[in-house]
Amino acid sequence: MSKEKIRQILKEQGKFSSNVDSLADDADLYEAGMTSHASVNVMLALEDAFDLEFPDRMLKRSVFESINAINAAIEELTA
Amino acid sequence: MPSESPLIQSARLIAKEYAAPHADAVDRDARFPVEAITALKQEKLLSAYVPAELGGAGASLSELVEICEILGRECAATAMIFAMHQIQVITIVEHAMDSAWYRAYLGDLVKHQYLIASVTSEVGVGGEMRRSKCAVEIDGDRFRLVKDATTISYGAQADDLLVTARRHPDAAGSDQSLILVRKADYTLEQKGNWDTMGMRGTCSPPFLMRSSGHIEQIMAMPFGDMSACTVVPVSHLLWGGCWAGGAAAAVNKARAFVRAQARANPGTVPPTALRLAELVSMLQSLRTSVQACLNEYEILSKAEDAANGTLSSIAYSLKMNNLKIDATQDLPQIVIKALSICGIIGYKNDSPFAMSRHLRDSMSAALMVGNDRILATNANLLLVLKDD
Repeated sequence: MSKEKIRQILKEQGKFSSNVDSLADDADLYEAGMTSHASVNVMLALEDAFDLEFPDRMLKRSVFESINAINAAIEELTA
Repeated sequence: MPSESPLIQSARLIAKEYAAPHADAVDRDARFPVEAITALKQEKLLSAYVPAELGGAGASLSELVEICEILGRECAATAMIFAMHQIQVITIVEHAMDSAWYRAYLGDLVKHQYLIASVTSEVGVGGEMRRSKCAVEIDGDRFRLVKDATTISYGAQADDLLVTARRHPDAAGSDQSLILVRKADYTLEQKGNWDTMGMRGTCSPPFLMRSSGHIEQIMAMPFGDMSACTVVPVSHLLWGGCWAGGAAAAVNKARAFVRAQARANPGTVPPTALRLAELVSMLQSLRTSVQACLNEYEILSKAEDAANGTLSSIAYSLKMNNLKIDATQDLPQIVIKALSICGIIGYKNDSPFAMSRHLRDSMSAALMVGNDRILATNANLLLVLKDD
């Protein structure tokens, strides 16, 4: 459920050249073309959609490198 | 007081004997500082950062920053060339040591003191380091790579090149590799001139580069991972050493000027001494901010989780970007203040207090990776950073 929501946000904000639907949950989003600039927009949209705030310690490359990684971060914050 | 390391002693000698005497000619003629770079090669300073197990000196980043300052006091172009070369060496040492090809290369670098230039800029992308248009084309165990670079510092004088490119022809612009290409395997077609206000000795015109090589020369780690935790912080710190050196050069001329005034009229403190007191405080702030970031980086980069830890965080990017912006805004202000202390004699090009070269060189710092581009990045990062 939340992975679908994440995928939707990536579709809207990630500025990917390839089709987001074809990306595996563990695919490297940076490799798929997400820039640092786009990743900030993804973070903002995630904070809005899931009604949470990522603390600074989570704002690093590895936390947003795949749909699984983002999902794990959201689960940690909403647990 | 502990004695200085042999590396630092060599750097001091080279700065005085080989960089200083030619600095004005290098600037005037926009020519490569061949005397100083040859001396750096002879003293094996180009391999200073290569670990001792591969024959290098195993120097620390702090030592390299100090060498940048020492060289920067005498010739900004020499210091910047040394800094840019070391960024390439550090990137290889930190991220390619598990490759047999790169280990052998580092051994050769110690022996032959290859000078490595960086090829990141590109027509259509400009100076945006994290995006490429060109792509590596692989055929069997060989690759081919053509890059239309808007600038390659000391491209014509370098031995080897370290190049960013998309990982394959279908890769996204930000999906980059880093590739070392060897002198025998590339050609450079110069596409313009390098006739600039300052930093003239870095000889950085645009070039069209055509290269080929073995696929082992393509580093395994994505460039994005190396960029955040090594290339950007190390660049800003080594450049910080260069900038501190340039600032110190101007400040030292102002100090000498004020001392001469004081000697001419013992018993009174010349009015310029007050300005000098302000100026020395500005230089201290510049040095302190470089040093603080350097100390922190030396600790963080040696941590177990260096690659996935603080270095790859948005907060750390912001901090290292701020170092660059603040230092490069302050540097020309320091030189201008030193000029105002020396007055007309600092304005004269044939006086020992001539400030022209220092001022023109200092102006490049805010433009070389433009501060507005960096501020725009920070503005974006601040949309999510909380300082919590």
